[in-house]
Amino acid sequence: MPVADYMRRDCEVVLMQNKCEKTAEGVFFLTGKDFSNAGVASSELKAILEKMGINHGIIRRAAIAAFEAEMNVIIYTPAGMMRYSITPDYLKIVVEDMGPGIEDIALAMTEGYSTAPHYIREMGFGSGMGLPNIKKNADEMKLSSTPGAGTTLEFIIKIKRE
Amino acid sequence: MTLNEIKDILRANVLTKCDTNMHIERVYSADLMSDVLAFCEPESLLITALTNAQVIRTAEFANIKMIVFVQGKRPDRETVALSEEKKIPVLITNLSMFDACGRLYEKGLRSCPDAE
Ligand SMILES: Nc1ncnc2c1ncn2[C@@H]1O[C@H](COP(=O)(O)OP(=O)(O)OP(=O)(O)O)[C@@H](O)[C@H]1O
Ligand SMILES: [Mg+2]
Repeated sequence: MPVADYMRRDCEVVLMQNKCEKTAEGVFFLTGKDFSNAGVASSELKAILEKMGINHGIIRRAAIAAFEAEMNVIIYTPAGMMRYSITPDYLKIVVEDMGPGIEDIALAMTEGYSTAPHYIREMGFGSGMGLPNIKKNADEMKLSSTPGAGTTLEFIIKIKRE
Repeated sequence: MTLNEIKDILRANVLTKCDTNMHIERVYSADLMSDVLAFCEPESLLITALTNAQVIRTAEFANIKMIVFVQGKRPDRETVALSEEKKIPVLITNLSMFDACGRLYEKGLRSCPDAE
């Protein structure tokens, strides 16, 4: 077989491996009150999931949950970060911030509960639906907080159903 | 219903380059983005009086197909640029939220989720 043909075959193998690439991880840094960049992290995450060929319904759930989490960091805290790891089985997102924390987690999780100031409501947020939306879209969700130090939100969306 | 028909019914202006034959069946209208993210179904039309960039982001993540801004409110240039980038057509109409929804309902469009 001519050398050129071998090379072509190698290329095909590499392409297939790339196509099968089903893991990725990374981090986005979020800045409080930076409303002009609000949504950029979730948008990039969505693009990564699309590139990996993940099911549209799952991408939609992930994007909605990530955006709600991103908005909360931007609205309520000075800074935070969103880490993601994608495996063939699930997508895991951990959002950590250095904000004021949440005193009463159960209350914060209640539909309609919000401490958003007026100008946030004028932007279309502050209906107290963000955290319940995240819970609804995720397969697992964990919210923990140390008042005065910050909040950590972790959620998992299964990519493959058992 | 096509984008062109919606444009005529609402006497709207289209602010972005787009496919005028784009087809819509369901509508959701709200000014609260978390409600949109919770209740609006994919492939729908969003009618809202809010015109900031977060509306486009919300549409992007909820897979909303088209946006109508009511009450003559005009989004700024960055917001229009973002909707163009995300390929989500944006229309503006001078009609109120009530009138815009009423006219589209009259012509057969229905809400999502469908209450009936
Ligand atoms: N990262 C955070 N740090 C501090 N407080 C938070 C954080 N995330 C949420 N909260 C608190 O929990 C409340 C409820 O949050 P949730 O996201 O459910 O609703 P919201 O942000 O008020 O409104 P919406 O998400 O519908 O726009 C917030 O109003 C805020 O008081
Ligand atoms: Mg919120």
